Amino acid sequence: MPSRYIPILIYAILAAAFPAVTLIIFKFIRPDSTSAGAKLKPYECGIPPESDARGRYSVRFYIVAILFVIFDVETIFLFPWAVQFNALGLYGLVTMFVFLGILIIGYIWLYKKGALEWV
Amino acid sequence: MFAPIEDLYRLAPELVLCTFGILVMLAEPFVPRKRSGLVAFLALLGAGAALAATRLSWAHPGTAFYGLVRVDDFSIFLHFVVGAVAVLVILGSRDYLEREGLHRGEFYALVLFATAGMGVMVSAQELVTAFIGLEISSISSYILASFRRNVPKSNESAMKYFLLGSFATSFFLYGVALVYGATGTTLLSRMDSASGNPTLLRLGLGMIFIGLAFKVASAPFQLWTPDVYEGAPTPVTALLSSGPKAAAFALLLRIFDTVFAASQLWVWAIWVSAALTMFAGNLAALVQSNVKRMLAYSSIAHAGYILVAFAARNEIGTAAVLFYLVAYALMKLGAFTMVTHLGGEGERRLEINDYAGLGSQQPAAAAFLTLYLFSLLGLPVTAGFLGKFYIFNAALKSHLVWLAVLLAINTVISAYYYLRVIVVMYMREPQKEWAATPIPRAVGLVLVLTAAGTLYLGLFPNYLMEFATQSAVLPR
Amino acid sequence: MVPISYYLVLSAILFGLGVVAFIFKRNIITIFMSIELMLNAVNLTFVAFSRALGKLDGQVFVFFVIVVAAAEAAVGLAIILLIARNQQSLNIERVNLLKL
Repeated sequence: MPSRYIPILIYAILAAAFPAVTLIIFKFIRPDSTSAGAKLKPYECGIPPESDARGRYSVRFYIVAILFVIFDVETIFLFPWAVQFNALGLYGLVTMFVFLGILIIGYIWLYKKGALEWV
Repeated sequence: MFAPIEDLYRLAPELVLCTFGILVMLAEPFVPRKRSGLVAFLALLGAGAALAATRLSWAHPGTAFYGLVRVDDFSIFLHFVVGAVAVLVILGSRDYLEREGLHRGEFYALVLFATAGMGVMVSAQELVTAFIGLEISSISSYILASFRRNVPKSNESAMKYFLLGSFATSFFLYGVALVYGATGTTLLSRMDSASGNPTLLRLGLGMIFIGLAFKVASAPFQLWTPDVYEGAPTPVTALLSSGPKAAAFALLLRIFDTVFAASQLWVWAIWVSAALTMFAGNLAALVQSNVKRMLAYSSIAHAGYILVAFAARNEIGTAAVLFYLVAYALMKLGAFTMVTHLGGEGERRLEINDYAGLGSQQPAAAAFLTLYLFSLLGLPVTAGFLGKFYIFNAALKSHLVWLAVLLAINTVISAYYYLRVIVVMYMREPQKEWAATPIPRAVGLVLVLTAAGTLYLGLFPNYLMEFATQSAVLPR
Repeated sequence: MVPISYYLVLSAILFGLGVVAFIFKRNIITIFMSIELMLNAVNLTFVAFSRALGKLDGQVFVFFVIVVAAAEAAVGLAIILLIARNQQSLNIERVNLLKL
């Protein structure tokens, strides 16, 4: 049934056309920016960079990112529980609170260890 | 519909281990540095409580949580093994951690978590549960391997363990996915009755075998072992070489004995792998100069011996595996604990030649080490001898004459490198002066316990062997 | 309806790519990413089978795999950070104090 795929085809054409059309239109209406100097900067938008991009970052960035990944992904178990909340009832609720309790203990441990302090 | 209380009894050891692990973790920031022994004591209490909880769950055999885990004699036997390993490792590591300035509560918490993971593995009756257990124990061990975090060798060991371990895990998991697709279930007990695509099932079981072969360090997937064992802190090496190995073997046995297709498919793989593993371990151990590395290769060789009993494919073989796992854990824990103590601050005294003159300077240490090495070699009156004897027996009963011959040849090869250490200890003059530190009490206790166990099993194996034979009957 | 074999072949290819990358790549982060690729190939297999069998449990397994992979990623990245700090290099060939 190829006819069922026509919406996808239309969507694909639109998706391809949108950037092409906008780029062409803007080509005609925007002012020339290459001479302004901002074009030559590493980041064209926002604040001008203060130092070399390959400088040292505080290791805190990595630690916070790693911690974020864990706590973020653990919430995945909340979704099936929320969808089946009525069917799981009290048992599900208690189990989920035990699970969240363990996560909170992990958080307390992190806090006491000073992993979240921004030195 | 709360889970019946019986289910909680059946999972009691893991619950106790996790609770104590969390308690240790929570206590760590609150206990002042000077009283750090308290954390160690709490962890020890937890491991002991887990053994008691195992006794409790023994009284409630059966499956729990919709058939995900199963308590039977087999799982109880191995629970006792991994629990005892945890107790001994915790006892033996305190002084090491103090000496290296690494004393943190997290170490003990991770040991407890790893043990909980092993507990899940040995009682798992379902493959995804087994995977979770495998990962709980592996992830904790990755961190433990990197515990000397300012020592590049320890970092590298953790990295190799982590990369190769997760590589193996993804093989295991892919196998689980294929088995699930072929049979529509991941419950081991239902796999035989499910009609499915046999090719897919075989492919999946093959992948699972590869994944677990990595974990037990059997050839040709053993390359990571020496590097990881050498770089990891020695108490961690003691743990890695005994606990997770026993758990991975248990999982292999469980799948092997429960799923008919697996026992059909794996027989040849196990035969070949057993032969290769024995030779890979023993031949490489011949040329090692570092004690830890030598013991790592020797643990590869022992994995090969255990696989010989596997290949026997009968209950005598399973009982032999169980007996050998206990004997092996005892002698490896003892040997690594001794190496930990002798290593001195910063683990510098690790070359075999550094042990020269030990026999006259530290006669007690030398005597203990000699006993463990004799047991690893398999001389009479030690647990290693009877363990090998049972394996030999099982192999011959199943007409695996060739494997039995290879086992005998390998024992002869291994005599060279075990005896060399003993010769160096007793007959060489020391080249460097090493300060002889007294053995701390906790370490001494571990040494005495493991040595006594090794001798006890070598003289009176009947009680354990009866238990092992009784545990070897796996319900299909 | 796309037949299930398409998904299986795709996931097998992804898994194979992961294995090949694991063996041939030299940067630790890239090696780590190839493991993630393998795990995601497994997830695809689980979901495909779950759909083909008309059971939901395969999709639940994926949740567990995702969480375990995240935990592994956290530990792995921490170990890689240690290596980067102590050795100033992430090339697997320069991190070889322990001879293979």
